[in-house]
This record gives sequence, structure tokens and C-alpha cells, in this order.
Amino acid sequence: MKYKPVIGLETHIELKTKSKMFCACSADYSGREPNTHVCPVCLGLPGTLPIPNKTAIEWCIKIALSLNCNVSNISKFDRKNYFYPDLPKGYQISQYDEPFGLAGWIQLKDKRIRIRRVHMEEDTAKLTHQFGTQNSKLKTQNFSLIDFNRSGVPLVEIVTEPDFENAGEVTEYLQKLQQIVRYLDVSNADMEKGDMRLEPNISLAVSEQGLAVGNKSQQPKAKSQLPPYKVEVKNINSFRFVAKAIEEEIVRQSEILDKGETPLQETRGWDENKNTTVSQRTKEEAHDYRYFPEPDIPPIRFADSQISNIKSQIPELPDSKRERFVREYAIPVYDAEILVRERSDADYFEQTVKDGKKHNLTPKQVANYIINKKPNIEKTVPAELVELILVTQETKELDKEELEHAIELVLEENPKAVEDYKKGKTQVLGFLIGKVRTLLPPNSSSEGIRELIEQSLK
Amino acid sequence: MKLNELTIKEAVEGLKGKKFSSVEITQACLDQIEKHNSEINAFIAVNEHALDEARRADEIRESDSNSPLLGVPIALKDIYMTKGLRTTAASKVLENYIPQYDATVVRKLKDAGAVILGKLNHDAWAHGASGENSDFGPTKNPWNTDYVPGGSSSGSAAAVALNMTIAASGTDTGGSIRQPASFTNTVGLKPTYGLVSRYGIIAMASSLDSIGHLTKTVEDCAIYLNVTAGNDPMDATITKNRIPNYLEDLNKGVGGIKIGMPKEYLGSGLDPRIKENIEKVIKKFGELGAEMVEISLPHTEYGLACYYIIQPAEVSSNLARYDGIRYGYDRSYFGDEAVRRIILGTFTLSSGYYEAYYKKAMQVRTLIRQDFEKAFEKVDAIISPVSPTPPWKLGEKVDDPLKMYLSDAYTVIANLAGIPGLAVPSGFIQHQTFGAGFIGDLPRSDRGLPTGFQILGPQFSEKLLFRIGHAFEQTQERRICEI
Repeated sequence: MKYKPVIGLETHIELKTKSKMFCACSADYSGREPNTHVCPVCLGLPGTLPIPNKTAIEWCIKIALSLNCNVSNISKFDRKNYFYPDLPKGYQISQYDEPFGLAGWIQLKDKRIRIRRVHMEEDTAKLTHQFGTQNSKLKTQNFSLIDFNRSGVPLVEIVTEPDFENAGEVTEYLQKLQQIVRYLDVSNADMEKGDMRLEPNISLAVSEQGLAVGNKSQQPKAKSQLPPYKVEVKNINSFRFVAKAIEEEIVRQSEILDKGETPLQETRGWDENKNTTVSQRTKEEAHDYRYFPEPDIPPIRFADSQISNIKSQIPELPDSKRERFVREYAIPVYDAEILVRERSDADYFEQTVKDGKKHNLTPKQVANYIINKKPNIEKTVPAELVELILVTQETKELDKEELEHAIELVLEENPKAVEDYKKGKTQVLGFLIGKVRTLLPPNSSSEGIRELIEQSLK
Repeated sequence: MKLNELTIKEAVEGLKGKKFSSVEITQACLDQIEKHNSEINAFIAVNEHALDEARRADEIRESDSNSPLLGVPIALKDIYMTKGLRTTAASKVLENYIPQYDATVVRKLKDAGAVILGKLNHDAWAHGASGENSDFGPTKNPWNTDYVPGGSSSGSAAAVALNMTIAASGTDTGGSIRQPASFTNTVGLKPTYGLVSRYGIIAMASSLDSIGHLTKTVEDCAIYLNVTAGNDPMDATITKNRIPNYLEDLNKGVGGIKIGMPKEYLGSGLDPRIKENIEKVIKKFGELGAEMVEISLPHTEYGLACYYIIQPAEVSSNLARYDGIRYGYDRSYFGDEAVRRIILGTFTLSSGYYEAYYKKAMQVRTLIRQDFEKAFEKVDAIISPVSPTPPWKLGEKVDDPLKMYLSDAYTVIANLAGIPGLAVPSGFIQHQTFGAGFIGDLPRSDRGLPTGFQILGPQFSEKLLFRIGHAFEQTQERRICEI
């Protein structure tokens, strides 16, 4: 490829605190009657003032620390001024030059993605656009409804450096990020509910191979210099769409660059129906947010002891847990990775291993069972699971001999089927499996029967 | 003495002693409003439930007489949110706005038993120094109706001066309480930033707004602050300090107290009549036993420039919510002064200009604060003029915003530093007679126009300011304004 994609990502994560960021209203708006979780503060009525939510700030710092950020002893909120009907104050309370977290990273399999900043802000209200149709009573009127239940819900924004080179890396990063915030138990990170909103920015640098093809003297050094433009794709709510949007953008921008032109610096949106990005705003129309320190909230100060106290509340995160599982339980990395995806699964695994120890169950046996059988961990306590595993282990051991014996018997009794199979009529396999099963105890699993028959028929 | 002319102290004593009822005082105030408001234009709206509230206060009196303002009629600047009672910010934008909640201070006043007479006129959005920026028409100075009462708390000052109310609330972002107080022979307090809750009061410039009041005496000012000061879980900038009883030291006098006089404040630009007046005040304090010390506040000269960067910047952000989408009318209803400040503020916050303007102004602000910190190492309090000039005629400066801004020169400093300021009346000064004008053409000229001075102190030194102000007030005769 002639061009090297330069991709950065902004992720908004909604926290699941009980109350909103700056008032006492419930932050749980999902499925609620519109405009029922509101008060003068989150409606931005005249005279109201924000009171910062301490828990939300602590959770934001928790995220920042988990992403290996520096957390300084002093921070502040700023006003981001812009007009939009979902923003009742005409400004969003956010953080500008002193965010809670700075300069962290997330380790992917093959590379490290640098985190530029982690900051705290408030969500906007939710707009629903109604378009009058021919049949509707409102056929001439298009209108928008505003639901302020979401207004003021705490949001954490995580901004990376432009370190990604393809959609795959972005997906891997997002999965890790989602796991981390779920481990911290600070957000449900449910994409469908809009708990996580994604904004990739994509541009293409002329790569070194490209340089060889192009005019050397005129091209900038691709490695050290960022492209002279940047395309931002706004508010995408699924990992899949982010990947698609990135791939689409790479194609679109390549075509423009191929023509010797430079893509416009602009903000684009993801059109789900057309499977493509569409222009929303060009550089000329870009906002000047006129940031200034929020005068209604004094600077936030943290003693080192407070920061280390927050740090001490961070649980073991997926990466270290996976490494420990491999080390401590001698299970394959692949298994460990599946087990640590959800903290509850990981905890369940460990408890089951502990309970299974006295019955001589190995961690690998427990891992196999959990990964393959996917037991309902809410209904089956670890001790019960140990019993279940033991039962299957017993039957399995029995099976081994019995199964071989049964297969031998069935093959002897059905020479025609065997012959057919050898001629290529593989569908007789099902018939043979059925026959074998009739010779086995009723509750035994059919796992491995097919393979064993096939082996015997070779 | 008429009941509407009572001070808070006199009213409370009389009510406690059953010399008169709250209904009677309230009626006396309402009569005075009825009689003069069409000319003075101090009230935008009268609370039609005022007499009911007074009646209730009189009923409560039977079982409870501890509420400090029980049955005392007061009036509120019309940027204080009053649940169910229209609140306009004196702007057409909010001409029909009915608040859903009470400001914290309004709630505290109601809890203390105060009767709300109505909502007072002021420069729209508290932008102005003369009261002339109100979309509901200018307020006139009751001491001479050709003159402005000062602003932005114009209606508050005029209503207290003319005894339409016993006391009134105000807001002071750059002098909006102290300056109209000094123009109307009333006492005005700008409390320390963070002492009185801003919750429920329409924000002008959030880092400068102070929630204060205007009263007939210094003692009343302390009684009122005892009600309004202190913690509010709805305001993150409020102090957690324990609030003292502001009446405690009132009668201790000024013997041994060191009072500073900033030399920069008596320089050029000061009207000679004001200078003469402040010199008399200084002399009086000397006689009362205070130690007068000359001090320097070297960054004073940058105060006004600094203020007129920070204040419009915050204004531009605070007025953004008035877009007409959820309530009120749209932005085309903003008056000239609001538009001027929105444009100025938007400009100074814009990318590329922020460093040169807003950020620089914030640095100057720190220097001004440090000036005061240094000064208060040497002295207990500072006195200075409030306004560089006496009240001016209506219309005189309307077309010259810069001239209007210059009248804030001595007051903005306290807001930038976050310290308290108490304006105390210091007598009347004579008009200049222009050319061959006849005294007889100026019917009230023989009465002169009021002037005052301000006492500034370290943060949270209100008790000391009342003590100093009260000592001076005792040497003056109280004058009743009559039209």
C-alpha cells in the first residue's frame, strides 16, 4: 500500500454512578419516561450552579490510573462553549488543559497505544428528530424532541495518540478498554445503550514504499510527520462500524490522494444504511469552543494519599490476571484469555479451581468445562460446578473403553455401511453414530464418537 | 415616623413589642410604592401576595418570634429566582419567565420570615452603572429625579432610599450594590466572594458576582447578612467557614484600628467634590480614634481593564443559555449592552486571543489580589471613594459606554480580589451650577446629591467592616428622602 494510515481514537464512556455529574438526579435514564430525571440544574435553568459528583471524579481517576496515566494533584473543570439544542447551558462543563489523566498507554498484542488524556465531562440531552410524513397529521412539520434525562450524566473521554495503523488494532484496543472499565465496575460499557461512543480520526501518510514511487524531493518524511489534514468520524456506536468506517475512509482518502489531491479536513458521520461516511462539517465551519476555566467549580485538589487510595481500589486487570492464570494454573494463554474477558467468569473459574482441588480436579479441567459448556454462573455455584465436572469426568473415563468396544461391535455388525462409507458415502456416519449410542449409557455425551468412528474406518 | 420609614431593627422591635403588625408595615410600603413607583420606576412587579404573607407572619408571631426577619417587608432585585413569581432580569428576553424554584437566599429570607414586596428594576442582566439599561425603563434617583440612582441595582437603591421597602437585595459584580448605595444615601454591602450563595441568582460574571443587599443603616446590613450568609450545598464556591454573628462587634468603635488610604485612589480622575468628601471622612475617622495610614495598591490602574476582559468573557458564556428554545424569547431580544458584552467576551475568549486577553487578565487579577494581601499585612481595613463622580443626569452617559465603564474604577477592584466592601453614606454634595443657570431652575438642588465611601477588608472581614461603618454612621444624621 502506498499510504500509511494514521489513526487516533476518542472514546466517550458513560459512567454508571447513581446520580448525575452536577446534580442529584438519577443518572439511570435507560428506558425511562422522557424528562422525568430532571431538575433545574440539568435543565440549565437560569441561576443554577453545578456541584461536582465526587464518585464520578474518583472513577475517572480510576480509569486514568488503569490506563497508566499520570494523575496530578491539581485539576480543574473548563467550559466548552458551543450552541446546540441538546446543550441547555450553551456550554458543556468539560476539562481542557488540566485533565485528570495524562500520558498513559494500553498494551496491545504487538504494540503499545499511547493515551493522550483522560478527562471528565457531562453528557448532553438526547434529541429525537421527527419528520412529518404524507400520512401523518404533521405532514408539513418536521420537529425535534429533547429528552433531558441524559443531560448531565457523567462521561469520561479517553483520547489516544494517532498510533493505530489499521481497523484491527482499533478493535483490539476497544475490546481491551471495554474490559478494563467493566473490571473497574464504573460503566456497563454497553454499546447498544450508547454507554460507549467512538470517534476515530483518520488520515493517510505517504508511506516509505510510496516515497519510492513518488517524487522523493517533494514528499515529507512519512515517519516523522503527520499528514496535513485529519478526518474525524463522529459518534459511532459499535466496534464493527468503527472498523468499517476506518476501512471506508482509507479507501476514500486513498482515491483522493491518488489523484494528487489532499482530502479535506472535516468531520464526517457514519451512515449506517449506506455503509459509508458522509461529510458533516468542514474546517471552515469548525467550532471555536472558547474554553475557559469553569468559575462555578473551584479547582480540584488531591493529596498523594487520596490518589494512592484510589489506586489501591483498582482490582487486578485483565492483562495481569491472564498472565497470572497462565503462571499459576498452567492453563494455555488462549484459555486464560477467554476466562479473563469478564471479571465474573474469571472469579468463578478461580473459585471453582479452589473448590475442585480436594477432588483432584485440575485447573485445565475446570477451564475446559467453563469454556466449552458455558455454565450459567449465576445459577450454578462453584461447588455445584465441581460436582458436575466430576460426573462428566467419571462418565468420560468409562466411555473411553466402553466406546471403543461399542464402535468395534457396531462396525462388525454393519459391514455394508462400512463399505458404503469407504466408497465415499460419508452420510452413513450418522447411522453408525446412532447405533453406537444405543450401546452406551443413556446420559453419556456424544462428544468424540464421530472422531473415533472415523479413526477406526481409516 | 411612618412605618415604611422604619429600619429592620426598628421594625423587628416594634413587631415583637406588638406596636404594629406586619400587615401595617407592609401596607405602608405598598402605599409608598403605589404613590411613587410610576415616577421612580423602582419596582418591575409588586407581589400580589405580599399582604397575605404579612398576615401569615402576624399569625406565626403568636407562636414564634425567633425568626429574625419575621414580618419585615423586603424587596428583591429581579434577577433573584422566585418560585411562581415572574423574574425578568429586567430584559425582554425573560419578560414572561416564571421560575420553578427559589434562589437559596430567597429561601433563607423566607425562612427567616421576611415578606416579599416585589421585584426590583435594574440594568438588564445587571449590566450597567445607571439603571438606564433596563428594558422596563430607567429608575430615577429619588433625591433628584433628573439624576440616575446608579446601577445596576438601581431599583434596590431607589426603593430603600424612598422607603418603599425596609431593605432590598442586590448583586454586585463590579460595584452594582456599592455605587447605587452611594448615589442614594443608603448602605450597601458586597460580601466576600463565596460568603453568600449564588444559587438561583441569574449569573452575570460568575467569578465576580457577589450577592449582597442595601439597607438604611449599617446595623440593618449586619442583621440581613446574618440571614443570608453561609453554607449552601447547591453552590460549590461557598465557604465552609463557621458564620459569626455579624452584630457582635458593632458597637466596639474604631479606637486602635488601622485604616489604610490607597494613594492611587485619590489621584486624577476623581471629582474634586468627591475628594473633598472623602478627606472629611478620613478626618472623621482620625477623630474617632482610628489610625490612618497611607498605603499603596500599585495595580489599581489595571483593575478596570482587567475587569472589562474577565467580566464580558464570563457574560458571553452565561448568556448563551438564553436562546429561546426552552423558555423566554430568542436572542434578538437582547438589548445593546448585553450584545456589546457578548461580542466583547466572545472575542477575548476566541482561539488566538485567549492568551493575550483572558489569560493575561487573570494574571493581573492575581497581582491585584496580592496588592490587597500585602496591604492587609499593614492595615485592618481600607477606605476609598465608591464612584469617582457624583450621580449624573439621566441620559448623560447612555451613548458613551466607555465613560459609563469608567465609573466602576474604584469598585471593580474588590470583585477582582474577592474581598468584601461596605458602602456607607457620607453626606450630600452640591450640584455644579452650569453657566448662568438659576438655582431656582433646579428645584431640589438645595438638597444636594448623596455620596458615600467604601470600606474594604480582607476576605470574610464583614464583622469588622460593620464595626467601622457603624462608628462612622453614628456621627451622621439620618435623612429621610421625600418627594
